Amino acid sequence: MPDYTLRVNGVSRTVRTDADTPLLYVLRNDLEMNGAKFGCGLAQCGACTVHIDGRAARSCVTPVSSLAGKNVTTLEGIGTLDKLHPLQKAFLDEQAAQCGYCTNGMIMSAKALLDANPKPTEAQIKTALAGNLCRCGSHNRIVRAVQRAASAANVAKGA
Amino acid sequence: MTTTTLSRRKFLKQSGVIVASFSLAGPAAIAQQARAPLPGGLNNNRMLDGWIRINANGRVTIHTGKCEIGQGILTALAQIAADELDVAYERIDMVSADTARTPDEGMTAGSLSVEGSGTALRFACAEVRGMLLAAAAQKLNIAVDKLSVADGAISASPTRLTYWDLAKDLNLKREATAVAKPKPASQHKVIGKSMPRRDFPAKVSGGAAFVQDMRLPGMVFGRVVRPPSYRAQLVSVDEAAAKAMPGVVAVMRDGSFIAVAAEREEQAIKAAQALRASAKWNETPDLSPSGAALYEHLKKMPSRDSVIKSVTPVNASGGKVTSVEAEYTRPFQAHGSIGPSCAVAQLKDGKYTVWTHSQGVFPLRTDLAKALKTPIANVTCTHVESSGCYGHNGADDAACDAALLARATNGRPVKLQWMREDEFGWEPFGSAMVIKMQAQLDEAKNIVNWQHETWSHPHSTRPTSNPAGSFVLGGWHLADPVPAAVPNNSPQPSGAADRNAVPLYDFPRQNILLHYLTDMPVRTSALRTLGAYANVFALESFIDEAALAAGVDPVEFRLRHMKNPRARAVIELAAQKSNWKPNSKGNGAGNESKGRGIAFAQYKNLACYCAVVADVTVDRAGNVKVTRAVSTVDAGLAVNPDGIINQIEGGIIQSASWTLKEQVKFDRQRITTRSWADYPIFTFNDVPAVEVHIINMPNERSLGVGEGSQGPTVAAIANAIANATGKRARDLPFTAEKIRQLTA
Repeated sequence: MPDYTLRVNGVSRTVRTDADTPLLYVLRNDLEMNGAKFGCGLAQCGACTVHIDGRAARSCVTPVSSLAGKNVTTLEGIGTLDKLHPLQKAFLDEQAAQCGYCTNGMIMSAKALLDANPKPTEAQIKTALAGNLCRCGSHNRIVRAVQRAASAANVAKGA
Repeated sequence: MTTTTLSRRKFLKQSGVIVASFSLAGPAAIAQQARAPLPGGLNNNRMLDGWIRINANGRVTIHTGKCEIGQGILTALAQIAADELDVAYERIDMVSADTARTPDEGMTAGSLSVEGSGTALRFACAEVRGMLLAAAAQKLNIAVDKLSVADGAISASPTRLTYWDLAKDLNLKREATAVAKPKPASQHKVIGKSMPRRDFPAKVSGGAAFVQDMRLPGMVFGRVVRPPSYRAQLVSVDEAAAKAMPGVVAVMRDGSFIAVAAEREEQAIKAAQALRASAKWNETPDLSPSGAALYEHLKKMPSRDSVIKSVTPVNASGGKVTSVEAEYTRPFQAHGSIGPSCAVAQLKDGKYTVWTHSQGVFPLRTDLAKALKTPIANVTCTHVESSGCYGHNGADDAACDAALLARATNGRPVKLQWMREDEFGWEPFGSAMVIKMQAQLDEAKNIVNWQHETWSHPHSTRPTSNPAGSFVLGGWHLADPVPAAVPNNSPQPSGAADRNAVPLYDFPRQNILLHYLTDMPVRTSALRTLGAYANVFALESFIDEAALAAGVDPVEFRLRHMKNPRARAVIELAAQKSNWKPNSKGNGAGNESKGRGIAFAQYKNLACYCAVVADVTVDRAGNVKVTRAVSTVDAGLAVNPDGIINQIEGGIIQSASWTLKEQVKFDRQRITTRSWADYPIFTFNDVPAVEVHIINMPNERSLGVGEGSQGPTVAAIANAIANATGKRARDLPFTAEKIRQLTA
């Protein structure tokens, strides 16, 4: 098995695995990160969402060999318990989950949206998250959390 | 599992270490003489130290047999314990659902956890608080009523003692008496507050929160290779080729059970794919027909028939009556957990340890022991959270798969996760159902005769549903199989297939019938609300049809037949909060018509009271959109208001998704729903705005809410469609194609 070096949350990591190994398993099993979740393995549900060079991507269908020279960002990379990202904080403030299995994908997809569009409308938020499935029915809370994070970030920026 | 897990190291340590230092006297261990009944879960788990530990280090450990499945139960129980013990909420650590460490409270199901475990903890904590105060009084030589306590510090000027000082000498190895009364609502400080969920910080930040996040030393990854159809028999499979694949640690074949373990997860997946490709099976086309033919088939299947309730009035009025009747149908529907089922298992020195998201670790242990052909004492099951399950999904089966595979890995722990197609192909579905309704109205437009007749497969084939069998899938496929047995329908008043078939309305003549279809060509079990979703759909649609036939407004018509004051209150408040306009007609402007409908149920006729008003639009193509839902709920004493809102709101959205979109597809041989592409559910653009209004009843006992809103939601949507279009949708789900045909 060849070695692959990838940058995850700003740190260079080398793993030995097959070329077609999905990034999801490298993150979860080699790098022991919990954020990205296995949901379908088919890019249908969004639970495994990470950012690759700042864009939301489905790690379950991203081969590790495609990541040379690219930056991978995971839920762990955007904030920590001690220093939560505004989206993480907003999800807690709105209690925007029930089981929380989809939460990683919701936050990472929302972050990709806010990075590109800091003041999205409700319709834009819903469209941006339409590819992320939630089964518990937390959708309205999630939309409120994204709105809250957006306005918190905009207040911080004086926008 | 515990809910104070922060780091991975701590997570593993806590999950891996078993401390069996409490009294686990279950029903069998209790002496046979009759004992006074105790409240809630205390009745079957009577020892105080089985529930509560006061630690010298200033922490309080609460043990519950119920588990966190995304409903927030561990937060609510910690609130109860904090208030009844008079300690700060932050001091409480929760240990839940572990066959080695906690009380056996059966299943975490039926919206019963606050009622069962919460009630037990209210009484047990009140009693322990009393014991601590008595001990302090003795030590200080002062009357108990001169003592006050705040956050575990007992004050009696000028001295002071704490629970933590008294912990060493406190003996909780005794039976609860339930003599100490829980606090009245006026003294609650944490109960009634919307405390944030204890498990969320880890979930938003990538902490270890789920069984999928467990990593044990030496752990290997497992996958199962299920047959292509329920009763397929394995003829041959190329085990040798799979064994030779990179990283493969073990290939296990026993009868028609095949599983593989590998060093790396993707290696296990590849080996499972190779095994699947080489496997030859004998299959028979033995599934029920699908589509409309399914429902005719259900009505012709052999059935156990019973009269659930029959009321004949002494003074039946003899006047002229108007008869109405209608038939309602519901397809097989899936739990559709976002995370496929998963378990970690290890076999060491003949003992199995299984980490599972089963809703019932004790029943699972019993049926696992049968499938593994080992004494129960050799199996320990510990609950660890997973994705929301909404009933009996693949959790128990994945636990069995992992335990069977652990036999082949030389003591190394196995993490086995199902693939998406395993979950859709093998989870037990919510049963398809047919419900025939008949009623008669008298000349005063009141219902005088009501008949509700349900055809349904079983709604609980969970572990221990029948002690004669085992209900974990792996055991069924072994060369020496451990089969299931025919499960019984739960009796009223909660019922199962007939859940909520008995109306809460005061109809003078009632006849409630059940045709229980014990043959299960398609595997079925508990999906959130069991039969109540479809029974309430039928009941609350039909009362709307009767109201229309009577020419009476649906809210007025319901109230006319309802004496129960709490039921009336939620219906009246829902009408008020939604600005209900009596006798309003749907409004069909341009390409879409708008309509509104109301429905009500008290879940199980025992748990929370809930009413839902739904607003819909229906376009020319038949697309139904639920734009808004206003709901009201009376759950007695509200322990965590935001938790109640979250459950009711989530239930409305989930039920609306079932109602408009969901049905499992199959041909005569195989389940053909295999991925989300085959089973669309609501996404963000489908979801209505939702309002939840709580009627808090602080002096009433708490009532379960987890399944309160699904039944009212489906019927409110059906009634709103009828209001919008003038046509009655009775065949779920209400897809655009069906609504287009209906309104053409």
